[in-house]
Order: sequence, then C-alpha cells, then structure tokens
Amino acid sequence: MIRINCPFCGPRDHSEFTYGGDGSIVYPELEAPREAWHDAVFLRENICGVQLETWQHVHGCRIWLTIERDTLTHEIHSVRPAHPGIAAALHSKEGAGT
Amino acid sequence: MTRFSAWSVIKNGLTGQKGWDRQWRDPEPKPHYDIVIVGGGLHGLATAYYLAANHGLKDIAILEKGWLGGGNAGRNTTIVRSNYARPGNREFYEHSLTLWENLSHELNYNVMFSQRSHISLLHSPGAVDAAARNYNIMRRTGTPDAEIWDLETLKRAVPHLNYSKTARFPIVGAAVQKRAGTARHDAVAWGYARAADARGVDILQQCEVQGIVREGGSVSALQTSRGTIRAGKVAFAVAGSTSRLWTMAGLGKLPIESHLLQAFVSEPLKPLLDQVVVFGIGGAHFYISQSDKGGMVFGGDLDWYKSYSQRGNLPIVQDCAEAAMSILPCLGRVKLLRHWSGLVDMSMDGTHFICKTPLDNLYLNAGWNYGGFKATPASGWYFADLIANDRPHERIRSFDLKRFERGLQIDERGAGPDPKLHG
Repeated sequence: MIRINCPFCGPRDHSEFTYGGDGSIVYPELEAPREAWHDAVFLRENICGVQLETWQHVHGCRIWLTIERDTLTHEIHSVRPAHPGIAAALHSKEGAGT
Repeated sequence: MTRFSAWSVIKNGLTGQKGWDRQWRDPEPKPHYDIVIVGGGLHGLATAYYLAANHGLKDIAILEKGWLGGGNAGRNTTIVRSNYARPGNREFYEHSLTLWENLSHELNYNVMFSQRSHISLLHSPGAVDAAARNYNIMRRTGTPDAEIWDLETLKRAVPHLNYSKTARFPIVGAAVQKRAGTARHDAVAWGYARAADARGVDILQQCEVQGIVREGGSVSALQTSRGTIRAGKVAFAVAGSTSRLWTMAGLGKLPIESHLLQAFVSEPLKPLLDQVVVFGIGGAHFYISQSDKGGMVFGGDLDWYKSYSQRGNLPIVQDCAEAAMSILPCLGRVKLLRHWSGLVDMSMDGTHFICKTPLDNLYLNAGWNYGGFKATPASGWYFADLIANDRPHERIRSFDLKRFERGLQIDERGAGPDPKLHG
C-alpha cells in the first residue's frame, strides 16, 4: 500500500485515492494546431523513475493533488494541491503559523 | 531437434528417461545478425519461429535480458479467446485462435491447448442485448461458436456458481465462446523456442540491451550485456518495457503507459471448474479457470496506477477475493498459493501495435494491454510478415502508431484515451 500525505487529511492509504494520470501534461490553447492536441492527449513519456502525476483524495477531502512519485519503487517525493491557488493559500497559511 | 512421438516417449520410459537431448542450444552471440529480435517472450519467440518457418529466413537472434518465460510469458492467466467485435481486432484474434488450434502439431510440442469454453456472465437484460449484438457480429464474421446462453443452460454447464436471486448482481445468462479456453504458458514459450532453435535461430539469454547505436535514420547495432551486436533489421517485442527501449533509441514519446496486472493461483483442488468464467459488472472485473494441476487461476483489474515495479498491491488482492466469493462462494476456504504481477503496455485505445517505426530498419510489436497471451501466434505471424516483407499485411494495417492522428482508434471498450481504463 502506498501512503500519501494529503495536505489536509494527513497520511492515508492510497486506496482512499484515485489515480488521475501523468501530471506533466500541459494542454495547448483551444486554437492550437491539431498535432499539439494529438501529442497532449495521446503521447506519454512513460517514465521509469520519478514522475509528476495527479491523484484525487476521492474518499477524503476530494482535493486533486500533484504528486512526485517513483514509478519503480513507489516512493513519494512530494505532494501538493494541483490547483495553484489552493497550493499558494496553503503555503501562506503555513508561513503565517511559523 | 529430436521429434517427439508416442514411440520416443515409450522408449525413454523404458530406458530411464536417459535418451533426451537439450531442447535448444545456448549459443555465444555472433557479431552480426540479419534480424535481431529484442525480447524473448512469447511474441518474440513466435516472431522468430514464423520468420524461419514462413519466410525461410535463417540469420536471426533473440535477445532476452532474463530467461525464457520469465517475464509476462509466466505472469498471465493463460486465457485464449477471440470474442472481439471491432473490425481489425475481430479478424486478428480469430486468426490467432485458428493458429492455437493446430499449435501443438505445428510445433511438435504439447502446449496443452484446452478448448473448454469461455463464459462471460451477464447480469441484466441490457447486458444480454449488448452481448448478443457483439456475439452476432462474431457469428457473421467467421466465429460460429459464439452463443448466448439462458440461465437454465448455464446452470446445467456450471452448477455451482452463485445463482442467488438476492445476490448484488444476480446472474441472468451468459455469453459463451466454445472454442476458447486455456493453454500451458511455459509450454508455449518452450515449444516456440525449441522449434525456432531447430530452424537455426540463436536464442541469447541473459543478454540485456543497454544501448542502441543509430546511423542516421536506422539502427546499426545494439550494445548488450554480452557485447555489441550489429543488425540488419531490429524488432522490439518487449511489451511492458517498450517505452524504455523507445527512449533508448531516441524516439521520444509513445501512446503507451506501463501498468501492473496481477494474477493468482490457489492450492490444487480436485476438478471443480471446467470452463473459463468471467464476471464483470460495475466495479467488478474477475476471470477464473482451473489449471491442469488443479490450481484455481484468476485475476482482475490493473493496479490502477502506473508502475514498473512488477509487485502487485493489496487492494487488488482484496477486490479479486471479493469477486471470487460473489460468484463462487465455494472457494471461501481455499488457500492462495502464489500471486504475481506482470508489467503490461497499456495503450491509449486498448489495442496493440504491430508496425513500422520512424527508423527504417526498426519494427515495433507492443501495447498488448490485457490481450498478449491469446494473441501470441497471430502476433508472431504478422510481425514476422512485416519484418520479412517490410510492409504491413492488410490485416495489421490499422495497428500502427499513426491511428490516433487519423482519429481511427480501435477502442473495444469505448473508454477513451486513458490507458488504465482499457481492462
């Protein structure tokens, strides 16, 4: 079982989460050429090692997370909210507390 | 190669089994081969065999980083079927099944192919209608053994399923393919290896590809743990690890993710289940058969997240145990003997690739999702045809990497471009 340290709920089993997928994908503008959309939707680097990916704490606070995880050892290197606004708010709150 | 026959079995039985030879050689790598196949799994071995048998080619090597049958060849649930409805898959898997039917004779090696029926349980009138549609497509396109069974027929064939009316998903019928069944996975690897070796193919085990030497638009040599091997043509058949080799060749990204698929075997039991039974509805996905040794062999879903670890996770163990209990409650006290996890290429539409690549002399066989074992003979057959003739056979033309650009995905499940959903 992988343990994921949810920024709101604390460390939880991965069975509380659903896996989103490759978190490194940046979707192009709507008007971008078809090739750019093809690459974003269909092509993957499929890293054996540390990769960025998205998970949702679906049986907890339902937040979407961006996680750095090693796909060979399953070791987790970092966890942060996928939404940059929430990540920033959380970060400033942490700053205020110290 | 000494051919096996009833006579040779009796003779060796009477002389203390001392008359058997090595079944294939363990040669030293030569500096150059016309064709080098990377991956000594079932598909690589089958490809080498058909290159030699169908196309008369001689100078062939298979590079295997571990040992024969040690990867996904030994990590599957050995189910063979051809109940596909989408054009492309339909003809391909049906051809594979017809090759299975004669494989033991073709290879002079008993692969224990047992056509014991593949029974997909159905749980609602809507599911029966959807299955009837797909199975009618099969009947109209060359698979006459597709049948829809009502509840009484199913009860006569498999009396000990959970037929309770109060089950969470009561069984109302089944979609059945009677020529489908199981085969002995090791025997398939050994049979192809022995037959390919007899036709001069060098099988190089403990030979890992560590680098790929390119000259312009082609591959000139492979750097391996047993030295550099130059090659006229190079073929990748390493499903699970395709992206790693693809990156090594400097070719960028692929429409593939590597995921884990677990399988299980119980302690041996007296004969209990005479067919392959599949239970799939809602969140459940489960398939089970009984091996010739008596073990209940079963599996379910992927581990749901990308991984190269080849170690299965525990939530899937629990899911499979729950599914087993819901359709075969008599397994409640049975002990699990082993469980294992295979590394599979999950593609963006759930269908495989047998195609040319951006490099002139490099050929790709990949993206087998859940379907690699049953596809073995046809995969080798058409991949060999592609390598020998340097053009795709009409039947595999849709299995190329460019199909996504054309909007022509072969998405049997209709799940969309999310690899983990193509179960």
